[in-house]
Amino acid sequence: MQSWLPVPESASTLSGDVDALYFYIWGVTIFFTLLISVVVIFFVIRYRRRNPFEIPRPIEGSHKLETLWSVIPLLIAITFFVWGAKLYFAQYKPAQNAIEVYVVGKQWMWKFQHATGQREINELHVPVGRKVKLIMTTEDVIHDVFVPAFRIKADVVAGKYTTEWFEATKPGTYNFFCAEYCGMNHSGMRGYVVVMEPTEYENWLSGNAGQTSPAAAGRNLFESLGCISCHGANAEGGRGPALLGVYGSKVVLNNNSSVTADEGYIRESILNPQAKLVTGFGPIMPSFQGQISEEQLLDVVAYIKSLSTTKPEQATAKPAPSATPSTGAKPSATPK
Amino acid sequence: MEEFEIPKQPGSNYLNAEYGLKSWLLTKDHKRIALLYLGAISFFFFIGSLYAMAIRLELLTPQGDLMQSSTYNKTFTQHGIIMVFFFLIPSIPATLGNFLIPMMIGAKDLAFPRINLLSWYIYMIGGVITIYALLAGGVDTGWTFYVPYSTTFSNSYVIATGLGIFINGFSSILTGLNFIVTIHTMRAPGMTWFRMPLFVWAHYATSLIMILGTPVVAITILLVALERLAHIGIFDPAAGGDPVLFQHLFWFYSHPAVYIMVLPAMGVVSELIANFSRKNIFGYKFVAFSSLAIAVLGFLVWGHHLFVASQSVYAGMIFSFLSFTVAIPSAIKVFNWTATLYKGSISYDTPMLYGLGFIGLFTIGGLTGMFLASLATDVHLSDTYFVVAHFHYIMVGGTLLAYLGGLHYWWPKISGRMYPEGWGRFSALIVFVGFNLTFSPQFLLGYMGMPRRYHTYPAELVSWQVLHVLSTAGASILGVGLMIPLVYLAWSLRYGRIAEANPWHLPGLEWQTASPPPTENFLTTPIVTHEAYEFAPPEHKEVVGKFERQQPAET
Ligand code: HEC
Ligand code: HEM
Ligand SMILES: [Cu+2]
Ligand SMILES: [Cu+2]
Repeated sequence: MQSWLPVPESASTLSGDVDALYFYIWGVTIFFTLLISVVVIFFVIRYRRRNPFEIPRPIEGSHKLETLWSVIPLLIAITFFVWGAKLYFAQYKPAQNAIEVYVVGKQWMWKFQHATGQREINELHVPVGRKVKLIMTTEDVIHDVFVPAFRIKADVVAGKYTTEWFEATKPGTYNFFCAEYCGMNHSGMRGYVVVMEPTEYENWLSGNAGQTSPAAAGRNLFESLGCISCHGANAEGGRGPALLGVYGSKVVLNNNSSVTADEGYIRESILNPQAKLVTGFGPIMPSFQGQISEEQLLDVVAYIKSLSTTKPEQATAKPAPSATPSTGAKPSATPK
Repeated sequence: MEEFEIPKQPGSNYLNAEYGLKSWLLTKDHKRIALLYLGAISFFFFIGSLYAMAIRLELLTPQGDLMQSSTYNKTFTQHGIIMVFFFLIPSIPATLGNFLIPMMIGAKDLAFPRINLLSWYIYMIGGVITIYALLAGGVDTGWTFYVPYSTTFSNSYVIATGLGIFINGFSSILTGLNFIVTIHTMRAPGMTWFRMPLFVWAHYATSLIMILGTPVVAITILLVALERLAHIGIFDPAAGGDPVLFQHLFWFYSHPAVYIMVLPAMGVVSELIANFSRKNIFGYKFVAFSSLAIAVLGFLVWGHHLFVASQSVYAGMIFSFLSFTVAIPSAIKVFNWTATLYKGSISYDTPMLYGLGFIGLFTIGGLTGMFLASLATDVHLSDTYFVVAHFHYIMVGGTLLAYLGGLHYWWPKISGRMYPEGWGRFSALIVFVGFNLTFSPQFLLGYMGMPRRYHTYPAELVSWQVLHVLSTAGASILGVGLMIPLVYLAWSLRYGRIAEANPWHLPGLEWQTASPPPTENFLTTPIVTHEAYEFAPPEHKEVVGKFERQQPAET
């Protein structure tokens, strides 16, 4: 299962690139370690003390050499930087047309929910050759989704959504781990990503069909939590703004600035509505903080996303390729 | 006066000037305080090592068989807290630094002897509180105390431990303050800034970090305690806070803190390399200023600990770039040490073996930092055993080796006795081999995906277990290698050969007085007329066969 090199299986579109950079840095590391060691050992033998009274001639130093051995390492370091940064950009760029999976971590398990409704615990089924985007949060402490075979890792942080994506290149079963210490059973908070051929994946989906999709569940919550009283039975608007087409659009706020409505914005609008007020509306929406679980919140977000006819990636000019597309919930004091 | 003439033995030295427990506990002598610290940090190092052995034993097998997860979590947490806050941070500055800085600059004591003693008491109070917390039930947050685990979810003694570290922090601040003032105001006549040994420069840079950085971690710990007790909401998103803010604050101190741990070690190594090859250091000013550059730049790179912690991509890029620049001053030092050896007269005494070992291991430690500063590789390596290996190469391979090298080097001065050289070399070799076997497998483990702070790992990954077994085997060798000096240094206190004032025949001021030195260090204030590491004035030809150098001017 493993190659002869001490590297994990390479099973995503980017894992080979990360390995290449890794080996490049090893090349430089080994070169310099050997260089220093060989030179030191040579000097130590060549200039060993032969006579207890000898005093060697002092040597002051050399600006030329100092420049040389500052500039060369710096130039090499810059190659590490540029290559690493370029790849990092690719790793975190929001994936286009990806299968979206909602992920909620909690001590000490992982819950996955597919857009089509399938729910899984500590196991994630995905098709080979398709981008998969994980939209992630936590119910408690910080956790982290780390899939060595895909060379990806991202923390899940309370109060915001973080994302990571991968495109698996080989069917198989791959370990994933929680990589942020989270308490007692941290090392047990692991599972498998099962990468399947597309047909197999379709079979798996239909074999597990029949569970309510997040959007449908969100629709029910939209009614039961009373959102309809302001936003209308079909989110067509009322005392609150219409939510049709909001996701992915640019929302103008009452201070005339505007934000792109991504998952993080919707999350904030529900938990802390006063943080960003839509222009033309007063601060009347109550906060739903504490009345809605992370999973329910993701369902409502999925429902509001489903109200958008346009795909977000096309609607917005160019979303910032941020590890946290959300601004997180970072409000000033919430007026009661 | 001939250079290497042994000064007249004064009637008494700092060890026998006064007797009794009280004379130690109320001493204002920086040398005695250094020994108080030496005793205390050795104790903490011993406790920390016991935890380390427990960790290594547990990881021999993929299952948890030695202890439960909750115990394991406390074990690595307490290992980290004790080693970082109670051993590594005070190790070289509070013992060797305390002992030697006044002697190296020709002063009678530190600027504030009472504050120096106070700093030891503060350290002890912090230590006792921390030990209390460990005995009462321990703490399981990791030495990094990440919220909201530490504020809301952990059921362990977070506040008590935090209090211990908080208090301990003030001892660092006071030590740093004392060093800075001492170095500014207490230099002997003729001891200009650029005549100071590089050990002193390194401590100056370290002290800057201590006084600028430590208050931040103190405040951060305070905020964790307030959040835990009163739920002020600063880190809790539900109350408008941000858990990632904690990480910024924590690493704003703790990245510079890694340099608190390594800069003094670099200072020791500069002494070892220059003195044991009887050469002035190559590029003295570059080595001196690189310490300051590290101290300053070190404050700008904390974000490299947050590359996968939901920091923005652009912030990540800036921190990545700055991290690479801070690596350059370290590289400069390594090259200068190597160049110092060129055409030297290199002895193979134990301290030098440690110094040479440091160069190799620190090089590996620093270069593996490149994998972590480079964004894309860090995404994969963050929070894995690669990080564990990286910082142990620097903190054990670097700081601990330099500390041991320094301890052997100055042992005759400190104790007035020689340690047994054969045993010294032998154990240095064992330590080097054991260390490499312990930590080099962890680089591979990390890239293969083994996360850190894991009590168990998948049994089907046989290669992981193989690497863990190697690592534990190495740790056992390392453990033996560290026990040997403990035994023979203690033995030498009574049975070691009596040391001369200047057993290594060196020009440094600390050697121009008796071993052990008198309480006031020097019977007459030295007047400094030559550069550091001046074995022979520049105009002298290479001289073999006898000491050529004369004391330049009359003193
Ligand atoms: C008391 C009336 C009221 C209720 C109940 C209410 N909202 Fe709102 N909502 C508003 C108003 C008014 C705004 C516009 C001002 C603002 O941004 O807070 C708004 C804004 C929003 C926005 C941002 C829309 C945009 O165009 O940017 C979202 C999303 C939203 N609400 C979702 C919900 C959800 C989901 C619920 C139920 C859990 C809900 N609201 C319940 C009144 C309400
Ligand atoms: C020179 C002395 C150094 C010391 C003492 C040191 C120490 C440490 C320590 C203690 C950690 C782990 C902290 C933790 O998560 O518990 C760490 C991580 C790290 N080090 Fe170093 N380090 C040093 C040099 C470097 C250099 C030169 C670089 C790169 C320029 C570097 C880059 C990093 C990075 C990026 C991490 C974070 C890794 C991660 O968690 O993903 N370090 N270092
Ligand atoms: Cu975890
Ligand atoms: Cu750092």
